[in-house]
Amino acid sequence: MNTWDNNPVLKVEHLTMRFGGLTAINDLSFNVGRGDITALIGPNGAGKTTVFNCITGFYKPTEGRLVMNRSSDEKHLLERMSDFKITADAKVARTFQNIRLFGGMTILENLMVAQHNRLMIASNWTIGGLLGLGGYRKSNLDAIETARYWLERIELIDRADAPAADLSYGDQRRLEIARAMCTGPELLCLDEPAAGLNPKESLELNNLLQYIRKEHDTSVVLIEHDMSVVMEISDHVVVLDYGVKISDGTPEFVKNDPHVIAAYLGVEDGEVELVEEEVGL
Amino acid sequence: MQARQRDSLLVASLKDSLGAAVITFALAVVMVGLRVDVASGRGAELFLENRWLAVAVAVVVVFAGRFAMNIFFWKRDDPPSLNFSGLLPEGGIGERSSKAIKYGLLVLAVVLPFALMFWLGARGSRQYIDLAILVLTYVMLGWGLNIVVGLAGLLDLGYVAFYAVGAYSYALLAHYFGLSFWLCLPLAGILAAFWGIILGFPVLRLRGDYLAIVTLAFGEIIRVVLLNWYEFTGGPNGLSGIPRPSFFGLEFTRGEGGFANFFGLDYSSIHRIIFLYYLIFALALFTNFVTMRLRRMPIGRAWEALREDEIACRALGINTTTTKLTAFALGAMFAGFAGSFFATRQGFISPESFTFLESAIILAIVVLGGLGSQIGVVIAAIVMIGGFELFREFDQYRMLVFGMIMVVIMVWKPRGLISSRTPSVALSKNVKGISADLVQEGRG
Repeated sequence: MNTWDNNPVLKVEHLTMRFGGLTAINDLSFNVGRGDITALIGPNGAGKTTVFNCITGFYKPTEGRLVMNRSSDEKHLLERMSDFKITADAKVARTFQNIRLFGGMTILENLMVAQHNRLMIASNWTIGGLLGLGGYRKSNLDAIETARYWLERIELIDRADAPAADLSYGDQRRLEIARAMCTGPELLCLDEPAAGLNPKESLELNNLLQYIRKEHDTSVVLIEHDMSVVMEISDHVVVLDYGVKISDGTPEFVKNDPHVIAAYLGVEDGEVELVEEEVGL
Repeated sequence: MQARQRDSLLVASLKDSLGAAVITFALAVVMVGLRVDVASGRGAELFLENRWLAVAVAVVVVFAGRFAMNIFFWKRDDPPSLNFSGLLPEGGIGERSSKAIKYGLLVLAVVLPFALMFWLGARGSRQYIDLAILVLTYVMLGWGLNIVVGLAGLLDLGYVAFYAVGAYSYALLAHYFGLSFWLCLPLAGILAAFWGIILGFPVLRLRGDYLAIVTLAFGEIIRVVLLNWYEFTGGPNGLSGIPRPSFFGLEFTRGEGGFANFFGLDYSSIHRIIFLYYLIFALALFTNFVTMRLRRMPIGRAWEALREDEIACRALGINTTTTKLTAFALGAMFAGFAGSFFATRQGFISPESFTFLESAIILAIVVLGGLGSQIGVVIAAIVMIGGFELFREFDQYRMLVFGMIMVVIMVWKPRGLISSRTPSVALSKNVKGISADLVQEGRG
């Protein structure tokens, strides 16, 4: 048995998302294993980002269930929660396809904002902090330490006080991942983290993701087009096409699955009828 | 094909200037040249007056001015390099000078009433201290609005509504229940914050321009209610006889038990004015202190993050609705404090004092000062309110000058006088401000 069926951190059950007459995702079910790096792949327009938006609460699914199993055995039904609660309570963090950093704030501030909820409690919802009561001062220093830790990880410690908008594209991508990690997630959703990275940066990203998975007990789901990244680091691959799952398994299995090859590369003329029959056309 | 012959400098300049002159003529002939007036002495008869000389002057001035600019600058191949921007401080006001200005202004504000008294005497300094009180009121309002507009990036065009709530809270509580100023001051702040939350709830789903329009409408609603609820608020007649504040129980009155008597001074009405000055000064400093402190706290960072990118905030688990509401409520609270101060200073309030123009002036102070900059608000308030009052002699040209100053500032510094943002937390000691180009203005 594999992890994703044995010990899933997230179960997607019969997820359907319709926008008016368009069915972006149709009856999609898959599991994300705890501690796995799961890749969600598929051609453009297959519905990958829509799945992400459903998981992180930016869209409300039309049908289906999304069950988050926290390591503390708490269960959260994500489809019923609002987006900020999903991060705050269910511990699911995400990054965006088009990077969304707070450009006018420094790199350190970006990481401090990510620890907002913890600091709010420590400052007794601002009142205690304003009066200088309680452990706010210490929590604040702890938060800076956490930020420093992640800045060292992503090698941006020297630029901690520079505005985030000044960073290069690759650095911004890594900062966004670090910022998501500062929320203390158990599931990290990365939307095309390697898009626009050069091979060296891509390699650094792989190392960062491996490190996160190993050292922080965080499961990772990622959308990716770069197959070298997918095949190298993922434990589990789910392939979508037209909102339907066409393959699900280890990278080795998916790589050789005729459905996947057909979806990505097309099929030879002689096999068209055979494939059409299989997919029910 | 032959390339089009280029006109000589003189011909090109003449052509361009003639065009401008024609446009000026077309505009001026009706707007300047004709004037409808009521004839005096012949009943209320209307008659048309023409002022062709003024039209001619306008046309000649535009023609000559444009011609001169063309021939010396615009049409020349080698325009003389006059760097006007070099005359102004590079990049606006730098970090160090900004700090110097800050402490300079603080010291000036502390000694101002006594310095004025020393030079001008009690009688002569009164109007200037009054003006300083007015400027400080606007500084406080600007700082309060800065939380909403500058930090959280929510465009609020109805800010004066909370100022009105504060003023009327005190006036009505004093009128109906006879409560004192010092008791009403916090109550007015709380009530204004409460109204901020009530108005904020439905409004804060909206973004950008829509938010601005709805806040504008809410501001007007409060004013119209105050205007029409005659039995309760006195309607357009306003409320008069609002009690003056006391100094730890000492009234500023002549005779036994008054402030002057207690301290063995000769009675003078200037004592109360100076007291009011220090009162609003303390209130403004309190506003600034709380704001600066909040900026370094999670809530303040969340406000700024909200201004930068709301969706990213939600993805980080920040409840954007409550975050926006706290900004709205806190801004409203400071307006409420300022409002009750206004009521006690004037002794009389009416809805006239809380028109949209007030909101616009406060917003202009915040924008001209630089969104999010505390010291910028001070400078803008001094320039706008102080300047506006000092130019009172110019009478009808006052508005013209006022408008021109605003245009010049906005052209010179589109993001306000002090536009760089200071980080709220830093690892290293020497931190540079963040240039305004990188900082978002917020879209609600």
